[in-house]
Amino acid sequence: MSAIDREERVLQIIETARSKRPRFRDERLTLAHGAGGKATQTLIEGLLVPAFAAEEGSPLEAMADAGTVNMDGVTVAMTTDSFVVKPLRFPGGSIGELAVNGTVNDLAVSGARPLALTVSMILEEGLEAEVLRAEVEAIAEAAATAAVQIVGGDTKVVERGAADQMFLTTTGVGVRDPRAQLAPDAIAPGDQVLVSGPLGEHGTAIMLARDQFDLDAEVESDTCSLWPAVDALLAAAGEELHCVRDATRGGVASALNELARSSGVAVTVREADVPVSPVVQAAAELLGIDPMYIANEGRLVAFAAPQAADHALQALRAVPGCERATAIGEVHREPTGMVLVETAFGGKRVMDQLVGDPLPRIC
Amino acid sequence: MKYVDEFRDAKLGQVLAGEILAEVDPHRHYKVMEVCGGHTHSIYKYGIDDLLPDNVELVHGPGCPVCVIPMGRVDDGIAIARQEGVIFTSFGDMLRVPGSQYTLLDAKAHGADVRMVYSPLDALRIARENPEREVVFFAIGFETTAPSTALTLKRARDEGISNFSCICNHVTIVPPLKALLESPDLRLDGFIGPGHVCTVVGARPFEFIPADYGRPVVISGFEPLDVMQSVLMILRQLSFGRCEVENQYTRVVPREGNLRALEVMSEVFELRPHFEWRGLGFISQSALKLSDAYREFDAEQRFEVPGVRVADPKACQCGEVLKGVIKPWECKVFGTACTPEHAIGTCMVSPEGACAAYYNFWRYARQKETA
Repeated sequence: MSAIDREERVLQIIETARSKRPRFRDERLTLAHGAGGKATQTLIEGLLVPAFAAEEGSPLEAMADAGTVNMDGVTVAMTTDSFVVKPLRFPGGSIGELAVNGTVNDLAVSGARPLALTVSMILEEGLEAEVLRAEVEAIAEAAATAAVQIVGGDTKVVERGAADQMFLTTTGVGVRDPRAQLAPDAIAPGDQVLVSGPLGEHGTAIMLARDQFDLDAEVESDTCSLWPAVDALLAAAGEELHCVRDATRGGVASALNELARSSGVAVTVREADVPVSPVVQAAAELLGIDPMYIANEGRLVAFAAPQAADHALQALRAVPGCERATAIGEVHREPTGMVLVETAFGGKRVMDQLVGDPLPRIC
Repeated sequence: MKYVDEFRDAKLGQVLAGEILAEVDPHRHYKVMEVCGGHTHSIYKYGIDDLLPDNVELVHGPGCPVCVIPMGRVDDGIAIARQEGVIFTSFGDMLRVPGSQYTLLDAKAHGADVRMVYSPLDALRIARENPEREVVFFAIGFETTAPSTALTLKRARDEGISNFSCICNHVTIVPPLKALLESPDLRLDGFIGPGHVCTVVGARPFEFIPADYGRPVVISGFEPLDVMQSVLMILRQLSFGRCEVENQYTRVVPREGNLRALEVMSEVFELRPHFEWRGLGFISQSALKLSDAYREFDAEQRFEVPGVRVADPKACQCGEVLKGVIKPWECKVFGTACTPEHAIGTCMVSPEGACAAYYNFWRYARQKETA
């Protein structure tokens, strides 16, 4: 067999192995399973989806940010999210605000107008009432800003040490907006990739607030409701808006990788066009982390048909907080499932999915 | 960002790419090894290999301090980390390196108190703040990070901090390079020298490479223009028939190195008779241990460690990949037993390792080849 044939055979074996649904074989959970990268994907696709998606065609298989239920002709979107943040308050936000915006955003990027939330709290014995009161106010305020009602909730108090101060879970419902059917499948070669503002601010604010690094910088979390941004995009592009994601855990890099994989397309990103504030850039440089992998809580990635992209971008920039929205790349046919970056230096590289948390490098 | 953007100027990069293209002999294939993992990272991050002609191939060297730690040492670290009352600290990317069964992150999931630090001084601070706990620092790295470990130990002794100790895995760069150069099947034309190591040791320790083995060395900085310029300097040496150690990174690397850093290192460390490298086997005098004066801070003395040598899997051919003898896909376990999720060999451990890069990106590489 010639060398080329042998190489081809080895690569075929890998490809077959990779195209199979990942199997969840780990003996214990590590923090990597919660970091939004490959380990999380294995947990979800290898354990949760097979267990819960009983029949083929279950809405779960779409792995969207929100599931949908058809109720007498109205498509209702539904989603849930849990929030564990340390510290509870950080520059630009707090856990309460995140808990509202996070769930609102999962609905919004699915193309559903957020309507109502329930809030569950797991509280640690000994938590100061002032801390709780502040978060309750933050929840109420964020819900009012996002124009969603809080319609129910639950509280549990657990022994000291069984939770870290406060864990929040919010569940939200919304009504699917008829102006477009947003879905990964709708992404097509030629689509332009838009982001709604500078990247990595939330994650950087949290990292610095943890005080681990002896680094001080003026950076605030970007947490906000993304519905106004999605609303503006839907108004401007209608059906030519194909898909929207919020770039939370794992950042824009992870969101793009997930979509490239599930839609069978390639995405090319122009690094020079990616908006990053100088503070985040500097912190990322010092810590050896790529801003594209840092979490956001109020930034979306949108895919729009080329003819509608300019108009969509202008509409997005008119939304308060999205003034620095930018087109950062486009969709191609090949190589399928991959995200490529044209580096600001002029080279090209692959932007892969992370295995776990971005860990700072020694060298 | 000032002092950074200047070294990432895309226009200048194009100019250098043009000069490199003009310098290469189209009938010759060049293999240049970047010794240091930091260079591998830059090459990958900026897409530098994309800007080089097809017949200039960059080979990733043995200089990723995380990848070369053998499994037995990771096991020793985990054994200490799991002991009652221990706070175990190391650099971030060390936590994911597999031992014979687990990584330090897995040990953390099993209840060990494993913490990531940015500097050994952070570990010492944790020791100061937790006087009732034993704080252990898993020290890794070449001569780049060894001085900071040395300084930390010196400070621990001066301050009388007795609940701090260090499991020393510091390695030295010259012996593995010698081992590579001694290999009869070596196919390398030149070396991009490790700029950070050279800030400490200077340029002189590398002079044996041109003198004894006839291969040029260019000590290089880590920004993309640095690496491109260094490649050009190596190619020029080759085409003019010169062979010497050149210093591209003059803004940081003094020819004599950092004498104070060398001094504190020689006070705190001494050479180990031999040390095992993942993928390369035992190399004599290739690593550091704590000197007798600092013996009390040696975690290997303070704690019971298994100290069991775990052999690299027989089928693993990282050594050959490193020497450029075989391509990643030619290794018997590549892509089957050895994948980025469950790495066996050093080249698959770090995302920039030759095998991991090939595993993840081969379709892109293929597309480039056929384009």
